[in-house]
Amino acid sequence: MEPTNDQDPNYYHRVVDCQWACPAHTNVPGYIRLIAQGRFTDAYMLNRESNVFPGILGRTCDRPCEPACRRGRVDGNPVAICRLKRVTADLKDDITDRLPTAPAEKNGKRVACIGAGPSSLTVANDLVPLGYEVVMFEQFATAGGLMRTNIPEFRLPDEILNSETQAILDMGVDIRYNTPVTSLRALRDENFDAIFVGVGAPRGKGLEIPGRHDETGPESRIHIGIDWLESVSFGHVTSIGERVLIIGVGNTAMDCCRTSLRLGGNDIKVMARRPREYFKASSWELDDAEEEGVAIVVNHAPRRFVIEDGRLVGMEFDIVEWDEGARHSTVLDTVIIPCDDVILAIGQENAFPWIERDLGLDFGEWDMPVVDETTFQSTLPGVFFGGDAAWGPKNIIWAVAHGHQAAISIDQFCHDQSLTDRPAQGMNLLSQKMGMNEWSYYNDYNPSPRQQMRHIELTERFKSLNLEVELGFTAEQTAREAQRCLNCDVETAFQSSLCIECDACIDICPVQCLTITDNGDEADLRGRLSAPSVNLDQPLFVSAPLPQTGRVMVKDENVCVHCGLCAERCPTAAWDMAEFTLQIPYASNPGVLRIAVPTQPTSDVRS
Amino acid sequence: MPSITKPLIPLAPLPKNDLGLTIRDYEGAMSTLCAGCGHDSITAAIVHAFWELSTPPHTIAKLSGIGCSSKTPTYFVRGAHGFNSAHGRMAAIATGAYAANRELTYIGISGDGDSLSIGIGHLAHAIRRNVKMVYVIENNGVYGLTKGQLSASADIGSRPKKGDANVIAPIDPILLGLAMGATFLARSFSGDKEQLIPILKAAVAHNGLALIDVISPCVTFNDHEGSTKSYRFMREHEVKEVVTDFVPLRREIQATIPTDGTRVVPMHDGSIVRFRSVPTDYDPRNRESVESYIRDHQSRGEIVTGLLYVDESSQTLHEMGHTPLEGLNRIPVSELCPGAAALDALQEDFR
Repeated sequence: MEPTNDQDPNYYHRVVDCQWACPAHTNVPGYIRLIAQGRFTDAYMLNRESNVFPGILGRTCDRPCEPACRRGRVDGNPVAICRLKRVTADLKDDITDRLPTAPAEKNGKRVACIGAGPSSLTVANDLVPLGYEVVMFEQFATAGGLMRTNIPEFRLPDEILNSETQAILDMGVDIRYNTPVTSLRALRDENFDAIFVGVGAPRGKGLEIPGRHDETGPESRIHIGIDWLESVSFGHVTSIGERVLIIGVGNTAMDCCRTSLRLGGNDIKVMARRPREYFKASSWELDDAEEEGVAIVVNHAPRRFVIEDGRLVGMEFDIVEWDEGARHSTVLDTVIIPCDDVILAIGQENAFPWIERDLGLDFGEWDMPVVDETTFQSTLPGVFFGGDAAWGPKNIIWAVAHGHQAAISIDQFCHDQSLTDRPAQGMNLLSQKMGMNEWSYYNDYNPSPRQQMRHIELTERFKSLNLEVELGFTAEQTAREAQRCLNCDVETAFQSSLCIECDACIDICPVQCLTITDNGDEADLRGRLSAPSVNLDQPLFVSAPLPQTGRVMVKDENVCVHCGLCAERCPTAAWDMAEFTLQIPYASNPGVLRIAVPTQPTSDVRS
Repeated sequence: MPSITKPLIPLAPLPKNDLGLTIRDYEGAMSTLCAGCGHDSITAAIVHAFWELSTPPHTIAKLSGIGCSSKTPTYFVRGAHGFNSAHGRMAAIATGAYAANRELTYIGISGDGDSLSIGIGHLAHAIRRNVKMVYVIENNGVYGLTKGQLSASADIGSRPKKGDANVIAPIDPILLGLAMGATFLARSFSGDKEQLIPILKAAVAHNGLALIDVISPCVTFNDHEGSTKSYRFMREHEVKEVVTDFVPLRREIQATIPTDGTRVVPMHDGSIVRFRSVPTDYDPRNRESVESYIRDHQSRGEIVTGLLYVDESSQTLHEMGHTPLEGLNRIPVSELCPGAAALDALQEDFR
C-alpha cells in the first residue's frame, strides 16, 4: 500500500468517528473534554460553532454520531454524546457577550430566507455577522419551523427553543412573522441579492384506503400526524379520544402516540406493517414510548377505516406474515380494532405550490427542485435550497449542515465568486505531551457503563403537556460519561524516520492494533496484522518504509483506544499523541485554502 | 514506567488458545524498564510462545537473579510461580526446584552480568546436569542497572557510551554451552519475534536445558554508534541462515509436515523442529560443525542467529538419577524419608 497521506485532514478526521459521522462535523471529543474540565460554557460555544443549536440538538438530535462512536466497538455502548451536549446547554453561563454580532456597517447585500427553521436560521447565523441584511419570512407567529411545530414540548421545552432561535434573530434578522411566501416571482421582484429556501417538507402523507373520506361529522377523527402535532403545539387541539391508533412507526409516530397520552388517550396502539427491525423510529424513542405504556403492534397492514353512521369506530387490518428480508407478505387473517381517533404518521413530503414553474427553476423526479449537492443552488442562479426543502425529510443536524454550506455559497454568489471554488477544510495537530509519560488529556480507559438518562416519574409525567420527561444528567453521571469518551481526536501521529523498530509500541498496545511488517496490498496486509482485522470499514494507516529494514508500520484504526501507551513506550518519540482540530470553513471564517469541487446536480436524493 | 496500566478492552477481537485464554491472560505487571528496552520485546515473545503453546499458567515457574533482565519475569504470565533469587544464583535455584518438582515448566531469565560474570559457575553446572528448563540470557553487553559499564559479553572494539573501546575478549554463551555439553543452543535478537517465538516454543519442548542467547539492545546505554549490540548493528550484521519452525504435537498439523529436503528433528515430547533453511556444510546435530560455523562467522564480524544446536538423545538430571516420574514434592514424607532403618539398609548395600 502507498504510505497514508497524513497531511490530508481527512485521514485524522476519519479516525474521529463521531465527528466524521456528524453532518455538521461537531468537535465532539473536544467539547466532552471541556465538560470533564467543568468548562460548560466553552463546551457550549464549541458546539455552537458547528451545530448552532446545542440545547435543542442535545434533546432531539437523530445522533448519527452515536452509532459511529468508537466506544460502541469497544464495550458495545457508544458514549451518550447527545446527552452530554444537553449538559453544556443546561450548565452554561450567560453567553450573550460571546455570540456573534452584526457589524455596524452593513455590506449592502440583502438575502431572503423563506421559513424560520433550522436551515434558514443557520444561514442567518453565518451571514448577519458579515454585514448582510437577512429578511426571514415565516408563516407562523413564532420561529423554529418543525422544531416548534413537530417536536412536542415534553421533549423540547419552549424556553430552550426560544432562547436558541432568539439568539440568532437578535443579531438583527428582519423576521416577518405570519408572512407565508405565496409567490417566488413576487419575492424575486423585491430585489434580493440571494434567496434561501428553507421551508422544510411540510406535507404529511395521506392513506387512501376505503372509508378515508366517509366521515360525515363536523370534525374528522382521522388526523395527519405532522398537522395534528402542529395544531397541538399552537393550542388548537387540546384533547383526543381514549383509544387512538397511530399508523406508522417513524419518530413522528412516537411523538404522536406520546402526545396522545397527554391529551386524554389511555389505550394507544402504534400499528406497524413490518417487524420491529424495520422500524424507522430511533430505538431510544421507541423505548421511551413503550415505557409510557404505548403498545406497538407489528405485522398489521391497514385495510380500511370502519365508519358507522358517518363516524369513525375502528380500523380493519390485514394480519400479515413476511418472508426473509420482509419484502413480500402473506395475509394470514384480518382484524378490526376499535378506536376513537386515527393519526397517520407514514411520512411527509415536499410541496412547492408557491414556486412558479416558468421561472427557470427546474423540477426533477418526485417533483423536487433540482439542487446542486455541493453548492445548494437551484438551476435559478441566486436561489438556494437547504434542510428538508432540498432533498426531502432528513433531520435537524442535516438542516444545520446545509445552512452552513448554503451560507458559503450565498456569500460567494453575492461577491461574484465561483460557487464551485469551495473553501477547503484545514487541520491543526498539537502534541499533547506535557512531560515524561504525562499527557494533557486523561488517557486511561474508564470501564464505566453508559449512563442512563433519568426520567420524570411515570405518575407525574402526564399531568401537563409541557413537562419535560428527561431530567438531564447529574454531576456524577456527567463526570462518568465524559470519561467514557476515548479522546479519538488525540491521535497517534507517527514519524517513520525516527523509528528504530524496537517493537515496544507493538508489545504495549492493549488492542494489538500495530504491526511492523513487509508492505503488501491491503488485503494481504490485513491478513498479516497482530490482531485479526475484523472491520473493513476502518482504514489502515501505513507508514513510509522504516529506516533500518524497509518494513512498514501498519495501524488498524478500528479499535485503537487512544491510550497513548505506544507513545509512552517509544524510545525515540516516533509516536506522539497530537490533538487534531478540524478547521471547518464557514461563511464568516472561510480559511485560506480553496479547492475546486465538481458540481453534482441531483433531484432524487432522498434520505 | 507508563502513566497507566495497560487497559483490558472488553470487545478487542483477540483470538483464544486451546485453553480459551487470550494473549492478555499471559501478560504480567507493567514493565518499569526503559522505553524501547529489548528485554520488553523478549517478554512479549515469551508471552506469545506460552500463549501459542497453551501452557496452563499455573504449571509455569519463572526464575531470575539480579539485573534489568531479572526484573522481567514480573512482566509475563502473572498466573505462574516465581522466584527472584540472589545475583547469579538463578541456575542453582532452578536446579533445586527442578529436582524437587519435575512436573513444572521452568523458565529462567538472566542477563550477561548475571550468567556470564557472577553466575557463570552455576550456569556451567546447570548445563552439565541438563536441568530441564528454558534458560534465556538477555544479552546487551552492558551493566544497565549500574549505568552502562561494559560486561563480560562485550565484543572487542565495542565502544561504551563514554570511555574507551573494549579490549578484553568476550564470553560467548553459545560456545561456552558447546564446551559444557549443552543439548539445545540458540541465538536470537529481541527485534525479531518471528525467529524468537518458534525457538522459545522448541525450547519449552526440549528435554533438557535449552540455552537461548538473545541479543537485546540497551536503548539507554548501548544503542549508539560504535556499539556491537545496538538495533542497527544487529540488523546489519545478523546472519539468519538457520531458519526454524516449531510444529507442536497436534495430529492435524503432523499431517502437513513436509518430507522433502528440510531437516526435521523430532523433540522428546513428539513435537517437531523443522529446519527450513540451513547451509549445506552445517548440521545442527553436530557439535564440531556448529562450533566451526559460529567461529567462521565471528571472524568476519557476523552474528549467526537461529536454533544452532540440538541434541534430543541426551538425558535430563532426573533421567540420569533414575528418580520417580512424579515430582518428589508429591511423594509422601514417609516414603521420601523412610527413616534410619531404611538408611542403614541402604548403606549396608555399599559396604
